[in-house]
Amino acid sequence: MTELDYYHYLRTLDQEPIEIPMLRDAMITFRYQMRLLLREPIWIVIVMVQPLLYLALFAPLLDSVAKTPGFPPGDAWQVFVPGLLIQLGIFGSMFVGFGIIAEIRFGTVERMRVTPASRFGLLFGRVLRDTVVLLIQAALLTLIAVAFGLRVPLLGALITVGIVGLLGISLASLSYAAGLWLKSEDALAPLLNMVSVPVLLLSGILLPMTLAPPWLRHLAQLNPFSHVVDGARAAFRNDLGDGSLVIGLVSAALLAVVGLAIAVRTFQRESA
Amino acid sequence: MIEAHGLARTFKSRGAVVEAVRGIDLAVEAGEIVGLLGPNGAGKTTTQRMLATLLLPTAGEATVAGCDLRRDPIGVRRQLGYVSQSGGTNPAAKVDEELVTQAQLYGMTRAAARTRAGELRALLDLGDLGDRVIKTLSGGQRRRLDIALGLMHAPRLVFLDEPSTGLDPQTRANLWTHIRDLQDRAGATILLTTHYLEEADALCDRILIIDAGKIVASGTPEDLKRRISGDLVTFEVDDVARASELLRGRPEARDVTSVERGLRVTVDRGETQALPLMRALDDAGVKVSSLHIAHPSLDDVFLTLTGRSLRDAPAA
Repeated sequence: MTELDYYHYLRTLDQEPIEIPMLRDAMITFRYQMRLLLREPIWIVIVMVQPLLYLALFAPLLDSVAKTPGFPPGDAWQVFVPGLLIQLGIFGSMFVGFGIIAEIRFGTVERMRVTPASRFGLLFGRVLRDTVVLLIQAALLTLIAVAFGLRVPLLGALITVGIVGLLGISLASLSYAAGLWLKSEDALAPLLNMVSVPVLLLSGILLPMTLAPPWLRHLAQLNPFSHVVDGARAAFRNDLGDGSLVIGLVSAALLAVVGLAIAVRTFQRESA
Repeated sequence: MIEAHGLARTFKSRGAVVEAVRGIDLAVEAGEIVGLLGPNGAGKTTTQRMLATLLLPTAGEATVAGCDLRRDPIGVRRQLGYVSQSGGTNPAAKVDEELVTQAQLYGMTRAAARTRAGELRALLDLGDLGDRVIKTLSGGQRRRLDIALGLMHAPRLVFLDEPSTGLDPQTRANLWTHIRDLQDRAGATILLTTHYLEEADALCDRILIIDAGKIVASGTPEDLKRRISGDLVTFEVDDVARASELLRGRPEARDVTSVERGLRVTVDRGETQALPLMRALDDAGVKVSSLHIAHPSLDDVFLTLTGRSLRDAPAA
């Protein structure tokens, strides 16, 4: 084979039909990103420190609060741990946008955008990496909470971890979209702060919204994350038929779909 | 391989409209190395990014590697290798991780990608660096890796944006050899941008001089130099007045100016026209003590075309 023939042969390789190129590109991106992350696994641990501190230093306060009238059913752990898991879902994934800004600076985003790879695949592979890491963290956190004294049915715990995964997809996507849009750490950091604090306070993660005065409770109703937290608590109580679980699951799924859609659009936009 | 008509791009920044590229027509034949030469801010990179599907043109049409830029950008991407100015590698990744992932995104299998990565490393003097983390590479190695990434899928068409910026002269010369190899051995068509005259001169079959978003001249490096300025022949003579009178009467002498102890004559081709001129002087009894032929540089060309030197053109 002459050299020119060989180059021709190499060229034909990329014209072979591929089953679902979108998912193939996502898996290629996922493996690449995962390998990079595992080279510095310290970050996976650092993200877990915050929820562990809450578990050790904040949860003990809840025993007396749990006796207050208006506290939802279930013991303190069953109310608090689902909230912590959702908090992990939010804070464990909403900072990934910093990673894409670094990648923009390296030039890797642009390099991959010149390939014929699907834009959805390039994005979803990254989101998938973040979500898998998050699921592992959520499972670990649940196990540690059991060691602290949490009693939770297996199915309920699994459903909650699944909800956390959907939140991860949503917030990682939105964070990537914000990073691609702002292209600057200095702009992304205040934006994330501005969004995260009200989301956290209005979701009933730390203390259940059933303790809140009516105006605050109504305000929290507008926050999709508060429904997600309610759903997770129902799952932890094993109230699988509870309406709030369905609403929570639907909210989380909607957040995931909307987040992904916004991010894919941002990624496709030419100047991103 | 490339045909573009009226390609234009404007940017809006803080209310002001910046016309980065104002209607470019260009044609690149298969197998050519074509250079876009111009100062920073001339619109070279913007032109290349439009042709690479990274930037939507605000006006104009183009066909790249047989695919319409607007209707079939994926077709363009399949056949194009693009190496950006600042490169595109993650410093924490390993050389082969980047190479193999890149090839996979072009649809190659993992096995084929590994083989290809090994070949390109050998070709670009990155031999056994496959397992090295990229941040430990030297500048020249990293640049060659950028180029290897653009070549993984054996593209027919390669865009290089300022391929040798930031490299020392030796590394640069070495890189030029690799780029020429690419044309000779792989039959690739190359469109590169540069603001280095030496680079355009050394590498390109054809040069498009671009200034303020427009192509102001095009041709082979020799063509451009000859067309714009001609060659300069300097004679050192004993009788400047007589020589001047005689040379001004010759049709091939486009311009005659006196210099210290002699005359400078502008002719089309210094090598073939200097000797007859010298013989004429000799026959007329003017004694010629030295003869010097100078070829204009592309900088002279640029100066003639735009009224300013390429080296001190403002980075707009």
